[in-house]
Amino acid sequence: MLLEVKGLHASYGATRVLHGIDFGLEQGSITTMLGANGAGKTTTLRALCGMVKTAGEVRFAGKRVDGRATEDIVRLGVAHVPDGRGTFANLSTEENLRLGAYTRKDKAAVLEDLERVYGYFPRLKERRHQQAGTLSGGEQQMLAVSRALMLRPKLLLLDEPSFGLAPLVVQELFAILRTINEKEGVSMLLVEQNAAMALELASEAYLIETGRVVLSGAAADIKRDDSVRRAYLGY
Amino acid sequence: MNLDALLLQVIAGLATGGIYASLALALVMIYQATHLVNFAQGEMAMFATYIAWALINAGMGYWPAFLLTVGIAFVLGVLIERIIIRPVENAPVLAVVVVFIGLLVILNSLAGWIFTYTIKSFPSPFPTEPLFGIRAMSPHRLGAIGVTLVVLALLYAFFRFTPLGLAMRAAAQNPESSRLVGIRVGWMLALGWGLAAAIGAVAGMMVAPIVYLDPNMMGGVLLYAFAAALVGGIDSPGGAVLGGLLVGVLENVLGAFVIGNELKLVVALVLIVGVLLVKPSGLFGRVHVSRV
Repeated sequence: MLLEVKGLHASYGATRVLHGIDFGLEQGSITTMLGANGAGKTTTLRALCGMVKTAGEVRFAGKRVDGRATEDIVRLGVAHVPDGRGTFANLSTEENLRLGAYTRKDKAAVLEDLERVYGYFPRLKERRHQQAGTLSGGEQQMLAVSRALMLRPKLLLLDEPSFGLAPLVVQELFAILRTINEKEGVSMLLVEQNAAMALELASEAYLIETGRVVLSGAAADIKRDDSVRRAYLGY
Repeated sequence: MNLDALLLQVIAGLATGGIYASLALALVMIYQATHLVNFAQGEMAMFATYIAWALINAGMGYWPAFLLTVGIAFVLGVLIERIIIRPVENAPVLAVVVVFIGLLVILNSLAGWIFTYTIKSFPSPFPTEPLFGIRAMSPHRLGAIGVTLVVLALLYAFFRFTPLGLAMRAAAQNPESSRLVGIRVGWMLALGWGLAAAIGAVAGMMVAPIVYLDPNMMGGVLLYAFAAALVGGIDSPGGAVLGGLLVGVLENVLGAFVIGNELKLVVALVLIVGVLLVKPSGLFGRVHVSRV
């Protein structure tokens, strides 16, 4: 197990959002987390990165990381594509990407990786010197994924990468995510509203309702589950 | 008024403006990182200048003392952030302003206590003979402009071309995303304070030969520096330097020909109020728009 979560609680001030969730993620797998708005999906990702107050146990690559500072967890190889994309709006596209590799010391490999993400997203290369805040929503989403990849993460946390993207762009993005997972062995935890596409991409799935895991299993089985089909897949 | 006299005042103004520019630059540094104006900036510069004075009096050469002082000021700036500013990080703006003013008073009294309130002369590293026999072109004042421009160039290179400079810019504008790429945001703020203190120390050492060294020497200078930073745009380093030169020239020209030397400080106050009323973002500042 690359990631093991036991009894994870999280709260914003007095408001408790997660009520003890358990889940795990196998090395090299793509796991998706489904649920309605407000179920606690974004909070789960934020909790894994130490961005909210938590209780419970989080192990990454065997090490306890709960209660540690965000920047320390990132340095272990956890990259987060946050809700809202987290663009450094006043910096250029390329500066955004360089920041993704901020903690890395292998300069030559960083330059290679820069070309590699430009290979995945040629649009970013065209706009490398443009102020990132002026990119379109789709381009900023590509930038957020690329910035996360620049860390060379072991685990990629993706918070609704399809949000605000045209359907064709979503397909393109998901194809690239699959390539990255297969070629580079990056494990992924994917939170998505677009349940159909998420279940297509992922091998494992968890369903969260009001801060609790209510269903888990292989993505293919979850897809066939009647209640999931009606509530999240819409047929 | 003849043209020669005007030209002289402009040159003299550019020279004092160089000093306002460096202190304005220090204000901008902290403003960019924290969105607060550090009222203690002048006293931090004054205190650093006393350190330089003590080093020179202990027999150290001017430039070694200069560099060592810049280093010490940097460390003190970092310590002030860590020990005094960090605990009020999330406090309301007014509380932080009161902390700044407290810091101002403490540094002022501390300097008086350690070094006494007796006015001291402070050496200039530049020759004392006026250039070309023109009194306004004192080598010290021209040197001060040169030093300011060097500081500005170094800062520009640091923020533009080094990973650490990039990380500091990132931390100032988007702390949450910065943490997500592994930047230690708290340390970036402390570093910003260190840099501001170091720049302030340079300004202090440049102004001390002109106004003489005493614990209250930066009071007026800080007001001009505020005016300079506001004219240039409080979040624009280049604007601060240009604003500094502009304020210096205005102050000298108006002081000499229009309102008289006694009322010079009024120029700074009028500029501060005027800019805030007419164009709060200054000449080069970013206009902040927020949805409500």
